Amino acid sequence: MTVLTFTLALFGTSILAGFLGALTGLGGGVVIVPVLCVLFKIDIHYAIGASLVSVIATSSGAAAAYVREGYSNIRIGMFLEVATTLGALLGAYLTARVSGNWIGGIFGLVLLYSAWASFRKAPAATNSSTPDPLAMRLNLRGSYPVDGTKEDYVARHVPAGFGIMFVAGTLSGLLGIGSGAVKVLAMDQVMKLPFKVSTTTSNFMIGVTAAASAGVYLSRGYILPELSMPVMLGVLAGALVGSRILVNARVQALRLVFSVVIVALGVEMIFNGLTGRL
Amino acid sequence: MLHRDDQRLETAMGRMLQIGVTVAALVVVVGGAAYLTRFTGPVPDYTRFHGAPPAYESVPGILHGVSHFDSGSVIALGILLLIATPACRVLFGVVGFSMLKDRFYALVSVVVLIILLLSFCTRR
Repeated sequence: MTVLTFTLALFGTSILAGFLGALTGLGGGVVIVPVLCVLFKIDIHYAIGASLVSVIATSSGAAAAYVREGYSNIRIGMFLEVATTLGALLGAYLTARVSGNWIGGIFGLVLLYSAWASFRKAPAATNSSTPDPLAMRLNLRGSYPVDGTKEDYVARHVPAGFGIMFVAGTLSGLLGIGSGAVKVLAMDQVMKLPFKVSTTTSNFMIGVTAAASAGVYLSRGYILPELSMPVMLGVLAGALVGSRILVNARVQALRLVFSVVIVALGVEMIFNGLTGRL
Repeated sequence: MLHRDDQRLETAMGRMLQIGVTVAALVVVVGGAAYLTRFTGPVPDYTRFHGAPPAYESVPGILHGVSHFDSGSVIALGILLLIATPACRVLFGVVGFSMLKDRFYALVSVVVLIILLLSFCTRR
């Protein structure tokens, strides 16, 4: 295979990964790393390097569209980014301390979790528990549009949410993914923020989190320009198309097919990790 | 009132991110086109990790390569611009929250910015 056909194959695959990642809300990184490892036989360190670059691109590229909707909360995002960026530094540091097989095995588990999480329904915002006094002091609240009116919300369980965000950052730095599923879990399940606020704020945070590990990845030589180029451009293009379609299409059937693929990739990664092939 | 100011800050941040990612992608496209015209041989071995060439592992190395029209360095420059884009958003936060007289969140933004800069001070 020549460099040109290899690059084009990577580009095409990345478009598909970005497209499906956006359509299902899982993100491109979760898909592209196992595909690079399993299909293209690329070393996992190069794979997570290229993926991390594409994660920053998709997060930033989608931001303008999200801002227009008026759901994201900059204060909550910025506050929690302290946790995710610190976690990302730890995760990026760990990539050099644990073997590729461990990274692959953990990746497989995250894939299985992601497949499961993508089937959870968006729960209605619950305002039953009492507001966290810490959230009031830190001004972790806002309002968001519901049927033409503004509805107020306040964060709950701030320390727990902050802790899970640290874990999300660590996974992002260790696996070269955005770990949006874990970020949304922290905000919507634990901090009881409205689902739309959680997903859009999470998108903003993903880019900043990934940027925190990028410096470490760069100095360790994980980011190969010639591999990152087709992956970044492909995932970005695919994600932009995917997020447009998302608004109009019913994607339940596609989501099911995609989840089967994700589970298969997850099992393959765990198997490869356990048998020492990564 | 406060909400409207927040909204304006967010809109500015969103536009900045979009411009940043567009410029970065264009630089990567230029470097990628140059790379594909220069390297036409068989695919290098990526199955084992050797690390990127040292020239791509630091900001000065990448800038030095760009000044010699090395195609890989041009791609790497685009990637650097991409990494700088969310960092710029945090910088926007420092300035924006200061202008809104929200000292606490200006400080939170500074902390995040310092963590981002720390990641570029690590050695292998």
